[in-house]
Amino acid sequence: MAFVEMKGIKKHFGMVKAVDGVDLEIRDGEFLVLLGPSGSGKTTLMRLCAGLEKPTGGELIIDGEVVNDVPPRARGIAMVFQSYALYPHKTVFKNIAFPLTVEGLDKPEIREKVEWAAGLLGIGRLLDRMPSQISGGEKQRVAIARALVRKPKVLLMDEPLSNLDAKVRHTARVELKKFQQEIGVTTIYVTHDQSEAMGLGDRIAVMSEGRVRQIGAPEDIYHEPADTFVAGFIGNPPMNFIEQNGVLVGFRPEVFLPAGMASAEDQVKFRFKVVRVENLGSFKLAYGAIGGTGVIANLPLRVPLEEDNEYDFSVRAKDIRHYNRETGVRIKK
Amino acid sequence: MKTKHFFDREEVLAPLLLVPAGLYIILFVGFPFVMSFVYSISNVTVGNPDFKMVGLQNFIDILENPVFRSSLLNTIIFTVVSVTLVLVFAHVLAELLIRDFRGKWLVRFLIMLPWTAPIALGAVGFLWFLDSVFSPIDWLLRTLGLLGKPGALLGPASNLYWLGRPVLAMASIILVHVWRLLPLGTVILISGMNSIPREIVEAAQMDGAGYFRRLFHINLPLLFPVIGVTVLFATFFTFTDMTVVWVLTRGGPPPNATQVLASLAFLTGIEGGDLAQGAAIAIFFFPVLAGLAIIVLRLAKKAIVT
Repeated sequence: MAFVEMKGIKKHFGMVKAVDGVDLEIRDGEFLVLLGPSGSGKTTLMRLCAGLEKPTGGELIIDGEVVNDVPPRARGIAMVFQSYALYPHKTVFKNIAFPLTVEGLDKPEIREKVEWAAGLLGIGRLLDRMPSQISGGEKQRVAIARALVRKPKVLLMDEPLSNLDAKVRHTARVELKKFQQEIGVTTIYVTHDQSEAMGLGDRIAVMSEGRVRQIGAPEDIYHEPADTFVAGFIGNPPMNFIEQNGVLVGFRPEVFLPAGMASAEDQVKFRFKVVRVENLGSFKLAYGAIGGTGVIANLPLRVPLEEDNEYDFSVRAKDIRHYNRETGVRIKK
Repeated sequence: MKTKHFFDREEVLAPLLLVPAGLYIILFVGFPFVMSFVYSISNVTVGNPDFKMVGLQNFIDILENPVFRSSLLNTIIFTVVSVTLVLVFAHVLAELLIRDFRGKWLVRFLIMLPWTAPIALGAVGFLWFLDSVFSPIDWLLRTLGLLGKPGALLGPASNLYWLGRPVLAMASIILVHVWRLLPLGTVILISGMNSIPREIVEAAQMDGAGYFRRLFHINLPLLFPVIGVTVLFATFFTFTDMTVVWVLTRGGPPPNATQVLASLAFLTGIEGGDLAQGAAIAIFFFPVLAGLAIIVLRLAKKAIVT
């Protein structure tokens, strides 16, 4: 098990700054999620950790040792690829055994470890199959087993769930978290899916344009977004922003409620013109505007609302966040 | 029926489009093949219109002919060594050409050149390289002091006589043939290498495999179908080729140091006029080559499925 440190890590491809100065510390046994839209540099950052790319600048430290020039195979890192990248000409057993064969372990030891990893992931009965004969979810488990079998210092996962059916994805997510906690391996997990990030991460690092915009526990990222990018990227629908007195006032759709519903605490009142109401089964979304700026409210079904009407809405003062109009950075009062 | 829609009917269009290919196969592949098969069990010669079936007599005759037997051996040596060298060098070149570097297009162009040049022209160029008096290779060796002096590494004679000594002549022919086949092998292997997903190679890297382990445990097994096809093509092109032999040595040095089956068949059947025996020589290895083709294609298919 290990901790990972990045100090001013950069990766430039010609003019493109894929990763542009990232400082991160990942604790021993932590599950860190790198979250960002495509092109934000999260996959490149992971590939830098893996050693599949060489950094243009900065230092990568694993367990106190600078590994910038250490080849991937000597870093003690394992990786699960988006496409699983199983060896198509090897059986499941030989796929999982490959990292151990490379280490030169003897056969009984290899068998024991492969069976341990396969048991952990519940794929013991598949060991004699070829990768072409198993399902996507099973392939993904084989890929994870192959990564875990030699007990790596750090486990990297590049969108491992994105090729799975939506149905399987939820159970796979829960199980993934369970394995990680059982083994306690330091994990870096790349995704663009915020619910995956919120559900899995001990901490989330939100990336955009090659930089880390914010790093923190999922609830901090959600409730205390450091800038308008994070606030807009996390949450579905995203945070509402309206301009007041030269600053951006931000609040989440679910704290934006009819004036009578909120508790009597300190409230900020708004006049909300509803344009459209969408009933989404367990809740409803009201689209409308406050003084010409579009906002969305996320409401319980029982709240009576009619389209093309104006209502008095309010937000508790402690649920409001303020941001600089130009830079988008949060202003703390 | 309107003529406008005539070609929209698949039952009309399909046979129509197949006609040229069908004609080609029947006239230029099927007919000569059947003819050579018929000739090989007859007594036909160029000068004699008398046509009798003689069964397997031609095959018995050629098997008893020492020239045929030495040609057979030469063909096997020629093929095995050439194909092996083509595979190794094509792999090296393909490894080089799938990487990005400056001037890649020029290197690619130069490597493809032997394939596009007419074979006789290329071989004639090599004829000069290997000339018994004017060979530039010999000149270079003399300049380096490796040849033409008493005590020199390659002997005191002023020339190596590339095409005049049995072993050197065979080596020269193999060299020229490999030079010619290399582009084809390289192109086939490049396409095979490009089809290996990058993530699989990276996964092997992450799993701790070094270059040679990746080569022998990941890349080569995944390339197996493509290598099979390369071997197949290279074998056929070598086994049935006589141009290089004919231009460089005509089967010599005497008596038959570099005679191969293809050149012997030509010599016997066309130059010598004995069509029947020429056909028997030419067709002798058909079953073996056909068998090889079936085996390799089967293996390749199996490898792709798994």
